[in-house]
Parts: sequence; C-alpha cells; structure tokens
Amino acid sequence: MSFDNAYEAITEENSSRWAFGTGFEDPLSGMDTAVPSGVDAADLTAYCLMLGDDALIVSHRLQEWCTNAPELEDEVAIANIGLDLLGQARLLLARAGGGRGEDDYAFFRDEHEFRNVRLAELPRGDFGKLIARLLVFATWRLALLSRLADSRDPVLSAIAAKGVKEVTYHRDYAAQWAVRLGDGTEYSRERIREGLERVWPFVGELFVPHEIELRLTEAGVAVDPSTLRAEFDDVIAQVLAAATLDVPDVAARAGVAGRTGRDGVHTEAMGYLLAELQSVARAHPEGTW
Amino acid sequence: MVTALRDARAVAETVTDPELPMLTLADLGVLREVSESGGTVIVSITPTYSGCPAMDTMRDDLVHALHAAGYDEVEVRTVLHPPWSTDWISEAGRRKLADAGIAPPGDAPAARPGPVPLTLGPTVRRVRCPRCGSAETEELSRFSATACKALHRCRACAEPFEHMKEL
Repeated sequence: MSFDNAYEAITEENSSRWAFGTGFEDPLSGMDTAVPSGVDAADLTAYCLMLGDDALIVSHRLQEWCTNAPELEDEVAIANIGLDLLGQARLLLARAGGGRGEDDYAFFRDEHEFRNVRLAELPRGDFGKLIARLLVFATWRLALLSRLADSRDPVLSAIAAKGVKEVTYHRDYAAQWAVRLGDGTEYSRERIREGLERVWPFVGELFVPHEIELRLTEAGVAVDPSTLRAEFDDVIAQVLAAATLDVPDVAARAGVAGRTGRDGVHTEAMGYLLAELQSVARAHPEGTW
Repeated sequence: MVTALRDARAVAETVTDPELPMLTLADLGVLREVSESGGTVIVSITPTYSGCPAMDTMRDDLVHALHAAGYDEVEVRTVLHPPWSTDWISEAGRRKLADAGIAPPGDAPAARPGPVPLTLGPTVRRVRCPRCGSAETEELSRFSATACKALHRCRACAEPFEHMKEL
C-alpha cells in the first residue's frame, strides 16, 4: 500500500509499519527543507549521500554482529551504535531529497552510486577489527559532525548537532575497548593490532576532500575533511598510547585512477554487502507486511 | 479558541512514551509544542536519539489521542533543533523513572567549544541505586536495552539496574 503523503500513512488504521516502502515516516516531516541560497541542489544531494552512506554502511556492518557479539553487554552496545548510525543515515538520506526518498536511496541504488568511504564497507572481521574500524570511524565522524553543526544549512546543522552527542558515546566505547585489548593479554593485543593494520590503509582516504565537499565548504554548508586530520591524529595518539600500541605503518590502499569511495569506486566487499542489504527490498518492491 | 488550544495540549500531554510507558512524552521533554492553525492541531516532537524507533508509534499515539478527543485535523512535526537533552526530563519524569527502577540522569554535559573530550576511564559519575539508595554502584555497560540507558550494578544490594544516561 502506498500513500500520497505521510499524513495519510499515519492516519490509516493499524498504520504501525516498520518496513521499507510501506508508508514509512519521513524523518524530516514538517521541517523546512529548502536548499540554502547560493548552494547547488545536486551538490547538496551528493553531500548528504556521502555522509548518509557512511552511516548506513557502517551500521550494516555493525548489524552483522547481532547475535554474534562476545558478551551480552557488547551485543546491546554494538546494536545500539548501529541503530544510532541508521538513524543518522535516515535523516541524511531524507535530506538528500532530489525527488527520491530514504528507502529508494538505500535499496535501489547500485554500487557505483554509493558514496561512502571504503573504510565503511570492509568485511566484518573479528572483534579486534570491529573495534579498530569503529575507533577510526567514530573519531573521524565526531570531528566532522562537531564542525558540521555550524553549517549554514539548518537541517544539516541540526542533524550534526544531534549526531555529536551520539558519536561521542561510540568513540568512547571503541576507545575503551582498544585500551582493554591493547593493554590486555598477548592474544587480545595481537587481535587489536591486526585489526588496526587491516583498516589503516583506508584511513588516508577519510581526509581527501572531494570537489563537491570543497564547493560546499566554500558555500559554508559542508566541512573540508582535510581539516580534521590534526584532531584525528591527536585522539588516536591518546588512545593508542593508553593501549600501548603503535600507529600502524602500512601503505595506503590506492583507488582506481585516483577515484575512491566518494566517487563511487568501492572494494570487492561492497557488492556482497549491498546484495544482502537490498535483496528483500528488490525481490518485493512495494511489499508491505 | 484559547480554551480549545489548552485542551489539545492537555490531550497531547497524556500520551505516554512507547518504551517508557510510565512517562508521558511531556515528562520526557519529547513533546515540544502544541499549536493550532486554521483548524489543524500541530504537534511538534523531537527524537531522543536519531535512530529512535519509537517515533512512528509516538506519532500514531498522538494522532489517535487527539482524534479521540475530537480533533479531526492533526499534524505531527519533527523538530531536530535544538537536539533533545536529558535535562528536559521533568522533575515528575525523574521521580517516575526512579520509581520504575531506572536511575534518572544527572546534568547533561555542557557543550564546550573545541574538540569533544575523550573519556578513556570508567565513568566517574556516582549513580545512586534506585532500589536501595546506595551510591556504591558501578557501570557495567554504557549501553543497555535501549540506546538511552546504561547498565549499572549496585555493590551494596548487588542488584543490576538501568540508568538513563546523560545526553
């Protein structure tokens, strides 16, 4: 069943639906989503997809831990962090606009249309790798969102200000585990060391600005990721020092002719991830239950 | 007109949170504004967390409650700014949380300019046990059954309990 607008969807009887394509609420319902003056709408759409896809894809990797976490406390922690990021993804994909809704963006785009950094899509791996990826991702995203809270776009600014509070908890969770593993047993130390080594080739990409990011930074709407490196390095240095670990010394993973995740060029893992993420929605488009 | 508006607000204030049914949305600080425009009641709510899965149910509950009270045209709007803070939970809401065995939040961390500070150690905040009142408690996990709560244990009565964490 489909509706012309969110109002019809919520007033229909027995309207509590929880699935894609079923009159799912617009998370920005009732907000003024006009594009700020002097900003190219297509640029704003692409930028929202970048930040939204980062959250969506990392959230998916975290969801893969459901029922697989080593302890019950971590099971709920990882699921909650994944839920926070899914919520951020919903807001950002809805903000992307461009005549498409959040579900359409999540379930009916192909791999080359996703703009997430490649770090997000790397295979799930073990608990050491989970913590390594989350530490890097949350540290980077917190630095980004705390600056984006000053965006001239009131919607992005509000999404970012809300996200800062959430990602602060995510970063602390990952950082505390990194210290516990690194300064733990010989075995735990090796697992987190190896995890960091696996994700580190994808760290450099986080700080390379895409031309759209630069244009929107110029317009006062976005954040130039190259300005985040100093804060990132400082936080990582604090965590790794407490964890008695070294910053990995590994070569960066090159893109294809200089193109990486922000350009829609991904690693092999991305296709498998999307196949799982999108299979139900594509098998039953407009399906309801 | 003024009377009708007050009634609509009073109706909206009776709607409870789907996950913490002992609290109303007003107690929780989620209900931000009730106004009326051209015969339509406009209710503004704000999510506690970006991924709060209860938002849809809150909308439904608000619409149904206002319909039942005779308001045919109801619009529920989302507001994200300023972001929800646990400081908005009312005194009554805090008492209801404690009565339900959930330790209420302390003061939310103040926003400061510059980088967000990293917390590497265990939480230093002493959360009082909602069962026996002891301050001898420890944090087990910063995340619990919902994103808004942390899991703690009382060292005096040995019972685990939830704490609504500061946001």
